[in-house]
Amino acid sequence: MTFSPDLEARFEKLVASYPEGRTRSAVIPMLMYAQDELGAVTPELVAEVAKRCKVPPIQVEEVIGYYSMLHRKPQGKYHVQVCTNISCLLVGGEELYHHASKKLGIGHKQTTADGIFSLEEVECMGACSWAPAVEIDYTFHHHVTPEKLDQLLDGLKKPQ
Amino acid sequence: MLFNEPHPLETRVLTKRMHEPGYNGTVEAYERYGGYKQFLKAVEMTPDDIIGEVKTSNLRGRGGAGFPTGMKWGFVPRQSSKPKYIVVNGDESEPGTCKDRVLIENDPHLLIEGCLIAARVVGAERGYVYIRGEYRYLIDIMERAIDEAYRAGWLGQNIKGTGINFDLRAHSGAGAYECGEESALLESLEGKRGNPRIRPPFPAVAGLYASPTVLNNVETFAAVPSILEMGGKAWADLGIEKAGGTKLTCLTGHFNKPGVYELTLGFPVEKMINEVGGGVRGGRKMKAFIPGGSSCPVLTGDEAWPLTMDYDSMAKAGSMLGSGGVILMDETTDMVKAALRIMHFYAHESCGWCIPCREGTAWLKKLLTRLDAGSGSARDIDLVGDLAKNMLGRTFCPLGDAAALPTMSIVKKFRHEFEAKLSRPVSVPVTSPDQLVSLG
Ligand SMILES: Cc1cc2nc3c(=O)[nH]c(=O)nc-3n(C[C@H](O)[C@H](O)[C@H](O)COP(=O)(O)O)c2cc1C
Ligand code: SF4
Ligand code: FES
Repeated sequence: MTFSPDLEARFEKLVASYPEGRTRSAVIPMLMYAQDELGAVTPELVAEVAKRCKVPPIQVEEVIGYYSMLHRKPQGKYHVQVCTNISCLLVGGEELYHHASKKLGIGHKQTTADGIFSLEEVECMGACSWAPAVEIDYTFHHHVTPEKLDQLLDGLKKPQ
Repeated sequence: MLFNEPHPLETRVLTKRMHEPGYNGTVEAYERYGGYKQFLKAVEMTPDDIIGEVKTSNLRGRGGAGFPTGMKWGFVPRQSSKPKYIVVNGDESEPGTCKDRVLIENDPHLLIEGCLIAARVVGAERGYVYIRGEYRYLIDIMERAIDEAYRAGWLGQNIKGTGINFDLRAHSGAGAYECGEESALLESLEGKRGNPRIRPPFPAVAGLYASPTVLNNVETFAAVPSILEMGGKAWADLGIEKAGGTKLTCLTGHFNKPGVYELTLGFPVEKMINEVGGGVRGGRKMKAFIPGGSSCPVLTGDEAWPLTMDYDSMAKAGSMLGSGGVILMDETTDMVKAALRIMHFYAHESCGWCIPCREGTAWLKKLLTRLDAGSGSARDIDLVGDLAKNMLGRTFCPLGDAAALPTMSIVKKFRHEFEAKLSRPVSVPVTSPDQLVSLG
């Protein structure tokens, strides 16, 4: 498999980041970064990561189901994560999640028909003092109201 | 970036630089404000002297368990022929906690200097900053800071001619609360599923790659340079007896001014809520108070008001200081729903390794769902309390206790709310919509 030059450079650095014979340590970060480029963890990617980290493919397979951020199916172009854990719940996180669900017409871990958005109700993501919080891909949004969320989503939907 | 206004009652030790106008957290800025000087001082000190200062400072682990840091560092067998490792716990997933983010985002070199000092103590030549996957932008910030530190000669071989070698890398997690537990984190760092290990041996003796490892929370490492700068005694004196220094405290929930504030250990709860946090939102009454993350037993408002924010005070009141994630619930809060949401989290995050936790959290979630929906029976309330009690102390790692403790306390202290729901078929929302808008 070939990746973008950036990802190739990252892989090279990752493999060199751990002591001799410990390249298994690179498996999870590699899957995370490659998934961002490929959209999902594909069977070819599993084989490739296994080869580059010098581990049997089963050792790559077994982590995929364990970690909530690794996924075998592609998500939407924008992955919208709404926290409903306790600190967010107290200030409207649940209402915000329902609002997002209604607006996008999809539920937890679903993707819109046009593939632009996917939605996930997530656990605490470390924004509790600035709740309710939403993370779209890797960007945090704080003190989010339904109106602010509408603006965010509408802004993303517009062709750039 | 700082996400909330500072408060004059804060005592800025770890966060002092980031509040300077124009401070941008680069290596140049960090050096300009005296950065990396404490590492050079540490090089002149013996490892035992450094451990001595950390012990004198009364620094206790800021990840939640509050274990004395100096003592932990003393457990590392420095004479062992195995390589030693430094591991930073930046998993920050305890609901209510968002403080390590503030440190890494605004002053990443402070963390690097803390790691360097720990490396100097135990003779480690490698370290890893394990950061939760959701914090990708922080991983990027950390990587940039590490690159800068290499370029400036603060990482790598023969650092500033001291003969000390130290390599540091940021490492991405991939979404799993359990990986914040130290032994599960080490498994994850080795590329495996985050199932916890049997202890002993503790990480100090057999941690990463079965080698001696110093594993601490981000804030714990970040505290070390200021301890050497001020001296252990002066640092201890900032706090109270047996709990030195300051703690980054996350005010969350029904505060007028939620935010992350650096407060001295032993800070009065009343002052923290009414002055730093601007009071309970809407001038309402405080119904419940969680001192440090959702794993802590819940206190009633009446119980919490007279307390101080430190380990002993919270333990005496039947809770814990925990991670610094304060969760305040005002009188409009539906405690059954809060209990359900908390259990939903633990059931989701249970790694499934041991049966009491895997089955217990799933069953508790089912019962609480029923009670919240108004279709439970009085027996269900007792069952929730009994089940949680039976989990306590019977699970492989502390996640089981973390699920049981808040649940038991809510059932015990807010039983009337569970009973009131037995006859009420529809669940009321946890907050009314008008409260939502007030935050803007
Ligand atoms: C389920 C569970 C989750 C935890 N999550 C974290 C975490 O996110 N960050 C953290 O620093 N410690 C966490 N801890 C505590 C760690 O196990 C460990 O005590 C801590 O990292 C040690 O560092 P310290 O002594 O500096 O606090 C967690 C513990 C448990 C049982
Ligand atoms: S207590 Fe829960 S999280 Fe901990 S090992 Fe058992 S199943 Fe896993
Ligand atoms: S509870 Fe939502 S970010 Fe922490």
